[in-house]
Amino acid sequence: MRGVRQIYPFERPPELDTDDRVRLPVVIVGAGPIGMAMGLDLDRQGISNVILDDDNKVSIGSRAILWSKRALEVLDRLGCSERMLETGVTWNLGKIFFGDSKEPVYGFNVLEIEDQQFPGFINLQQYFVEEYLKEEIDKRELTEIRWENELTSIDQTADGATVTVSTPQGDYKLDCDYVIAADGSRSPIRKMLGLDFSGETFQDHFLIADIRMKADFPTERWFWFDPPFNRGQSALLHKQPNDVWRLDFQLGWDIDREEELKPENVSRRIRAMMGEEFDFEFEWVSIYTFQCRQMDRFVHNRIIFAGDAAHLVSPFGARGANSGLQDVDNLGWKLALILNGKAPADLLKSYNYERVTAARENILNSTRATDFITPKSEISRVFRDVTLELARDFEFARHFVNSGRLSVACILDESNLNTADKDTFDSTLVPGSPAVDAPVTINGRESWFLKWIGNEFTAVYFAEDGENAPDSAAELEKDSIPVRTLVISGQSETGNGVLFDHKGLLRKRLDGQAGTCYLFRPDQHLVARWRAFDLQEIRNAVARATMQQTSGETA
Amino acid sequence: MSKKLRTEPQIKDPDDFYARLIDLHEGLNSVESNSLNCKLILLMANHIGDRETLDEVLNVVRKYRP
Repeated sequence: MRGVRQIYPFERPPELDTDDRVRLPVVIVGAGPIGMAMGLDLDRQGISNVILDDDNKVSIGSRAILWSKRALEVLDRLGCSERMLETGVTWNLGKIFFGDSKEPVYGFNVLEIEDQQFPGFINLQQYFVEEYLKEEIDKRELTEIRWENELTSIDQTADGATVTVSTPQGDYKLDCDYVIAADGSRSPIRKMLGLDFSGETFQDHFLIADIRMKADFPTERWFWFDPPFNRGQSALLHKQPNDVWRLDFQLGWDIDREEELKPENVSRRIRAMMGEEFDFEFEWVSIYTFQCRQMDRFVHNRIIFAGDAAHLVSPFGARGANSGLQDVDNLGWKLALILNGKAPADLLKSYNYERVTAARENILNSTRATDFITPKSEISRVFRDVTLELARDFEFARHFVNSGRLSVACILDESNLNTADKDTFDSTLVPGSPAVDAPVTINGRESWFLKWIGNEFTAVYFAEDGENAPDSAAELEKDSIPVRTLVISGQSETGNGVLFDHKGLLRKRLDGQAGTCYLFRPDQHLVARWRAFDLQEIRNAVARATMQQTSGETA
Repeated sequence: MSKKLRTEPQIKDPDDFYARLIDLHEGLNSVESNSLNCKLILLMANHIGDRETLDEVLNVVRKYRP
């Protein structure tokens, strides 16, 4: 098995040598993918932060391996997607197998809309993602990771929190305005505060065997229900970079854990699946059970929970790290506005509402997938098997087959930050949807729409041929919460900074008739749209999206 | 009260349909019949399609649960 990738040495924090207490805007606890992405997002918003981690290395073993399109878009905004795409294995196709047949029941494509920068998924070991995030943090001025700095206690005050940190060379205290708990599923902070984490543990075991092998299987997600090599159970195969493959075997509830983990027994399973003459080495083997749990509230005054610390799902559907990254996306800009005194602390209620809702949706999807994969009653198993039988012949039945509803971006359509449509739009987007990508060119160079929105409020304006930004756009840039205007031209390259929708796909996907204006939040979610560019409407929508007391002329 | 679910007689020659339904299960044991019934349910449910009607069906049948 592979050892630890790299040790990040402990560095003596300056607080150990001074009595002056520094006050930081944000302390993040946990240097996993969520904590590090959080640091980078705040960095991008100009907010200093320190990330504390009790360990001195990235995660061991492959762990999270599927990174969704939306997660990649978030990581792209944070400057980390390029290397992920280079190293990761891109896939869009999945196949479902059932019983003895070597022919799949059917195949599916997870990327519903073509011509976007990112694929439906890439597969990449978690430690690579953590390394890329760390390297990006090393380049940044405002974010610092402190390895072997363990949070041992936390005290909330009226306007902040004080954390006590234990290191190999002594303890110190840090004062901050907010603490972000990204300290994982066993969250020590959640336990210190005695907070709930309700849900259920599923009575089932799964064996993960990540192995190195040379194989020329296509780069697809293969899922088996009741295969001959794992009777009555399920199995999953995924490709990872560097000839690493993930095999995931359902084992059932009543097993001898130690026995199952013996290399000869794991090998026997693998050979039954892949063939007797099969050559491979182990990369990582683990048996897991899973839980679906979430906190009732993610915001507890000055302590904000994100990622697995706040919500936990089964791995089917890849909704763990991918939803954690959407927590980051949702929280960064809101916290920055609050810390900069531009929005009331109440804006955090919308983080709570939007992400608690998303977590419920993820848990619902995850639980339903689990119930399909592991039927809980005799009749449930009959329906499951009948559905798979019918799925060979009828498309309708394929829609019932659930081997994990793969993570898609969360649509925040119930959020009260949105301004309801007054006009009608022939688009799949509704207020609350994340923006849809499309190819564009700018100054003759090919690019992607999503690269040009985000980090701040952006008004996307579909211009008449030859037209530039409306005059009032310059005023919006000077507002206390500035709005940048991005002009989309459908006809030609009309000017500097104008995006040319050369394939007409943006116009099609957003129903962008000339004069149309879409307002996107800093996390690229649509928040309002109109058939005209109206200064006051945009200001009202921004005020609503940032929970201002008054919104321009109207209260 | 049913709103969308039609419960007045719909099927022409009901004796014939009933006989065919029973005939479908001819010679099968209860496991096999159960599986066939589930196929019937899924095919018919998809044909109905309308969620309100389907929810009404479920609610009507729920009342017969022992």
